[in-house]
Order: sequence, then C-alpha cells, then structure tokens
Amino acid sequence: MTAGMDLFEWSVMIGKVLFVAVVLLQVAPLMAWVERRGSALMQNRLGPNRIGPLGLFQSICDAIKFIFKEDTVPGHVEKFYWLLAPIVSLVPSFMTFLAIPIASSINLGDHTIHFQAANLDVGLLYVLSIGSLGVYGIIMAGWASNNKYSLLGSLRSSSQMISYELSLGLSIIGILMTFSSVQLSEIAAAQGQTLLQLGPLSIPKWGIFIQPLGFLIFTTAAFAETNRLPFDLPEGESEIVAGYHLEYGSMKFAVFMMAEYVNMFTASAMISTLYFGGWQMLPGMQSLLTLSGTSGLTYEWLRIVLELSSFFIKVIFFMWFFVWVRWTIPRFRYDQLMDLGWKAMLPLSLLNILATGALIYFKVI
Amino acid sequence: MHETLGNKHGVHSEHISVDHDPDDLWGDSRVIVNIGPTHPAMHGALRMVAKLNGETIEKSYCEFGYTHRAKEKLGENRTYHQFVVYTDRLNYCSALSNNVTYAMAVERLMGVEVPERAIWIRMICAELARVIDHLICVGINAVDIGAFSFFLYGFHQREEAYTLIEKLCGARLTTSYTRIGGLMADAPEGWEKEVKAWVQKTRKVIDEMDKLLTGNRIWLDRTVGVGVFNKEQCMQYSFTGPSARASGIDRDLRRDQPSMFYKEVEFDVPIGKNGDVFDRYMCRLEEIRQSLNIVMQCADKIKPGPIWSEDKRVRIPDKDVVHNTMEGLIHHFKFFMKGFDVPPGEAYTTFEGTNGELGFYIVSKGDPMAHRMRIRGPSVWHYQALSPMSEGGKIADMVAILGSINIIAGELDR
Repeated sequence: MTAGMDLFEWSVMIGKVLFVAVVLLQVAPLMAWVERRGSALMQNRLGPNRIGPLGLFQSICDAIKFIFKEDTVPGHVEKFYWLLAPIVSLVPSFMTFLAIPIASSINLGDHTIHFQAANLDVGLLYVLSIGSLGVYGIIMAGWASNNKYSLLGSLRSSSQMISYELSLGLSIIGILMTFSSVQLSEIAAAQGQTLLQLGPLSIPKWGIFIQPLGFLIFTTAAFAETNRLPFDLPEGESEIVAGYHLEYGSMKFAVFMMAEYVNMFTASAMISTLYFGGWQMLPGMQSLLTLSGTSGLTYEWLRIVLELSSFFIKVIFFMWFFVWVRWTIPRFRYDQLMDLGWKAMLPLSLLNILATGALIYFKVI
Repeated sequence: MHETLGNKHGVHSEHISVDHDPDDLWGDSRVIVNIGPTHPAMHGALRMVAKLNGETIEKSYCEFGYTHRAKEKLGENRTYHQFVVYTDRLNYCSALSNNVTYAMAVERLMGVEVPERAIWIRMICAELARVIDHLICVGINAVDIGAFSFFLYGFHQREEAYTLIEKLCGARLTTSYTRIGGLMADAPEGWEKEVKAWVQKTRKVIDEMDKLLTGNRIWLDRTVGVGVFNKEQCMQYSFTGPSARASGIDRDLRRDQPSMFYKEVEFDVPIGKNGDVFDRYMCRLEEIRQSLNIVMQCADKIKPGPIWSEDKRVRIPDKDVVHNTMEGLIHHFKFFMKGFDVPPGEAYTTFEGTNGELGFYIVSKGDPMAHRMRIRGPSVWHYQALSPMSEGGKIADMVAILGSINIIAGELDR
C-alpha cells in the first residue's frame, strides 16, 4: 500500500476511511435514541416517540439544538486546553475503529479489497494504545475547567483507566497466545475453525469458548474504559455533578458524548472481534449462502454482505448490552472500584494467562 | 520539606502541625468543596461544606435554611383554616400526613370530635402518604447510588397513588385535604375498591423492586456498613421514625401513642439492627408493606357516614344553607373572613409522620389565629447527623447517607 497504489486502490482506501467515519458519526445519535428508548422500555415509560417514526429523528433535533446553542466559554477556564480537550477525546475513539476488520476480503481479478481500513500488523496493540489516549482528553478537560468537581472527575477517570487498562491488556494476552497473532484480521480469520464437532452442531473456535474468563475480564474492563455504569465514576452525576464535562455546553458537550458512544462502539467491536469471531458468519448463515445458489462474483459479494451483517449484529448486541447493564445496576464507589480492579481483576487476568499457557503447553488448545 | 517550603515563603513553620499525615506532602492538600445548595444529590436546597482529603470527607458542616418560608410565623398570622394549605408545603412528599396531623392538633385543642368515616379516610390518607414518601426515599437513594430503573418502578406506583388522591381532593401534590373537624370532601363512591386494587398492585411492585436491588452485590457494597449511627447516637440526635428504627430503637407512635383508630388495625413495626444505609432502606421497604396492610384493613372497615363534625364552631356551612338563607351567608362570610376562635390553651400533638415524629405545638389565646405555632419536622434532627455520619467516608457515601435519612427541605427549613 505504499508506492504502487493506483487510482483504484486510492479510491478504495478513501472509501473505507469515509465508511468508518460515516458509520461512527451515526453511532452517537443512534445510540442516544437506543439508550433513551431502551431505558424507557425497561422502566415502563415511553421515551421520545414524537419526532419521526418511533421517535428516531429526536436525535437530529438534539443535534440541531446542540449546534445552535450559544457556545459559551466560562471565564475561569484555561482556554486553550479547555477547547482542545473535546477534540483530544474524540479523535482517538475514531482512530481505533480503523484497525478493526469488519468483513473478510474479496478478490476482484487484479485487486483484493480488505474490509478493514488499516490492516496493521500490530492491530491489537494499536487499538489498545490509541484507545488509551482518550483519557488525556478527560484529564485535560478536568484540569482546564478549573473546577473542583471536574478535577475530581478527571482524577477518578485517570486512575480508573490506568487500573483497568492493565487488566484489559492482560486479558487479551490469552487470546494472543491461542491465536499467536496481534493482527486483528488474522485473529478474526482464525476463529472460523471448528473447535468441537458435536454431531450436526459444530462449535466454532470463537474466543469466548477458549477464553471464557478472559472474555469476562475484558468486558468488565471495557465497561470501565468507556466510563459506563457501573463504572461511570468520572461523571458520577449524583456525587460530582457531571465530573470532567461539567463546564462544557452546546456542541462541546455533545462531542464528549459522541466520544463516549464511539468508544462504546469500538469496545463492542473489539469484544466481537476477539471473542465472538468478528466477521465470522453467525450459525446458519453459511447454509443460507449455499442455498442461495449463486456463484462467482455474486456469491462473493453475498458472502461479504452476510459477513458484514454478522459483524454488525454482534456489535449491536453488545451495544445493547452496554445499555442494558447501565439501566440495571448501581454504581461502584471509588475505593471499591480500585479494589475490584487491582485485587480481583488483575490477579484473575494473570491466572488466565497462566491457565492458557498450561493449556497450550499440554496441547489442549 | 515543610521547613524549606515555609522558609521560602518567608513564613514560620507554625502552620505545620505535629500530627500531620506523612503521606500529605504539602500539608495543605485538602480541598474544600462546597456541595450544594444546587447540587444534584442535595435534594431540596441543602449545603454541605466538606474538607476533602482525596475523596474522603475529613470534616464537614451542614447548612440549611435556603427554603425558609417562615411557616411558623405564618401560622401566627393566618386563621386555623388558612394554615392547612401551608402544611402541604412542609414535607411535600407526604402532604396528606401533615394535613391530618395538623387537623388533629387543632381538634385536640378545641375538643372537637370527628366522625368515624372521616377518621378512617384520614388513616388511609396518612398511610398512602407514608407509602408515597418511602417510595420516593428508597427510590431517590437508589438514584443517587446509580440505580435509576428501581426509582422509576416505584415512581409509577406513586403516580397511581396520586391519582387516587386526586380523586379525593382534586390535587395531586399539595392536597390540603383535611379541614378542622372534617374533610374537604367525601371519598367518591367506589374509592375504597380502587385503593384496594392499588394496594394489590403495589405489593407486587414492592416485591419486584426488592428482588431487583436488595440482593445486588454492588448495592450491598454501597450500603452495608455505610453511615452507621448506633442506638445511643440516635438517641443523642433525637432520631425518630424509620431512621431511628433502623438503629434498633423500637418506637412507633402509631403503636405507642395510638391516635385515630390505629388500635384497631394490625401491623408490625420493622426494627433494624446496624443503623446503616442498608437497614434504613430495608426498614422503609418493610414499612411500605406494613402501610399497605393498614390501608387494606382501613378500606375494609370504612363505612358510609358523615365526614363532618357536628360542632358548629368548625363546620363549614353547607352550600344550600349559604345560598338560601341570610344567616347561612353571614355565617359563611364570618367563617372565612374572620375564622373561628379557638379556646385559650396549648397543645402539642404528634403523629408518626413518614420521616419520624411530626408534631404541632399550638398556643392559643382565644383568637382565630394561633398565638404561637411551632412545628416539629423530623428532618431537622436527622439533618444534624449528616456531618457526623459522613465524616470519614467518601463523597459517594455522603450522597448515599443523605438519601437514606430522607431530608425533605420543606420540612427542614419550614
């Protein structure tokens, strides 16, 4: 993808980046709607249902409101960093998704299109490292706001992110050991194999079947990384008002919200890719593909469509899972959060590595 | 380190205390945070100034009075009837309970007997108010700890209860339902049946809420052992109501000083042990169930009959008399413009309000207005304990504690 890129490859590249950008930009408004309607569903309410079908256009109205609200800058903030903070928290969340494969590749004669904006050799490390940059935005916001509540929020956030990033990173090591790769496309492709054949039922080699404990730790840490309940201490509405984004209004607040949802989306995509086969088709889809009776290029495109939909179904399920958990359980206290991170999750993830190592050594997996 | 810092600024090291925290490098890393009066967890307008070490509240003091409306002074400048409206705004989550207590207080001072039906309706009202108030309290406590759905389950039932109350008196929140010597209006036909249906439904909802939250590990972590206030401390701070019972003080005025017909209904008084946030939550949840039982029994025992006392002094003249006779019109005019005289004397009447002992102390000099009107709002005593309870805990604990003692600013500031 360097010197020899022709016009076609360039346009494919730009198309992929645009696709990711466009999809991610839709995540925040859609998720805001899902969250509001979903919580209403769980709480015997209706939720926004006036504008558009099922209230879907409510988010558009919200966006218009955000854009046209007066863009105030409080007098007591450190202006440069204060303005920079929302950007710093949003950009990494967009960057991480680029490395996640959303479907396998298709061969078009001379060209092969990979459905992954950036097929990096160190994809997993890239996602982890760029993902952890987001915390700088939060720290910056808390500090530059020059407000005690904001500062407390950003302090909570930074310690929380550091503590849970550790278990997040360690929980993935099990996956790396089993698939012996840090390239996300390879990890996704490797999960297509069959782990067990129980009569007609074949259990694929998805990460969750090999790494159940790793999955639990990763998911929990992902909740903490995305600042969602029960780990939404940086915002902790009832304790520190709104935490780091207390002083932000209009679109700048919306940018923080967008970053949160995009982070959620990336986290869901990572959970799907590492533990649920990524773009590997859902059970039954393969036979659907065979039944369609197509061949050649049509067959290939159909396969891509099915893979894409499988991937997005998984991601949407986990997005819903995030919403589901948020409206069910209470919030941790700061010290309990730290206890859980350091005293439970960290030893467990180390144990997971040890167990995986033993299993690999004895050639069980 | 301290010495050099002190000298650099040309200050003597007097400010460095001997018993300083060795982890505290600069000696002044405490932050003073002003929590409230406008803070999402400070329901009403309360203010706490907390000295934080990290997230731990080292020292704090609480202030109140941001919603002071001179209720007691107003009581001395309004006729006894006019003051009913003001009692709604004491504990606005259980306005009916205040209405009932106030009416009882004035009736006691005057020696007015209220007919049976009115008393049963008043009892249902008082218990409805208790259910509503406790639903709000446990719900808001859960919201502050982060469980929002729990709150809305209860809120739905609360709205249904308000619909029942609306059928009684036309208002939902500020009811002003009682009158001295009777009630504003009789309960509509079939109201008891609706109340019973509501009780059945609410029982299910309470069980559901119980299942959703009580066993939750995070909830237990956040509430058990938090804000512990033992029996002695509760006595020292004059705790009453569910907050006192959660610490093991077996005192319920409905049972110990039965007013109205509380002798004729059966109910248990739930007692806690540890006096922490969890026990207060459990006490309130159980009290909702007991109150529902009382409402059910009252709804069974209620019979048709008059709702007004026969006492001419307090009875509001009937409309047909007012519209058709001159004497009636004059009586009506005098009644509402001047009010009725209350014989000289003083009386303190208490009732087990939703938050604790709710009392009205009225001194009369024979005028249509009280000479002195004092109100014992239980929140005042509970609020004093917020600082000692939350010191040494985290900010998040303080929020949980404040929710668990159910401070209602209207009752606190009056």
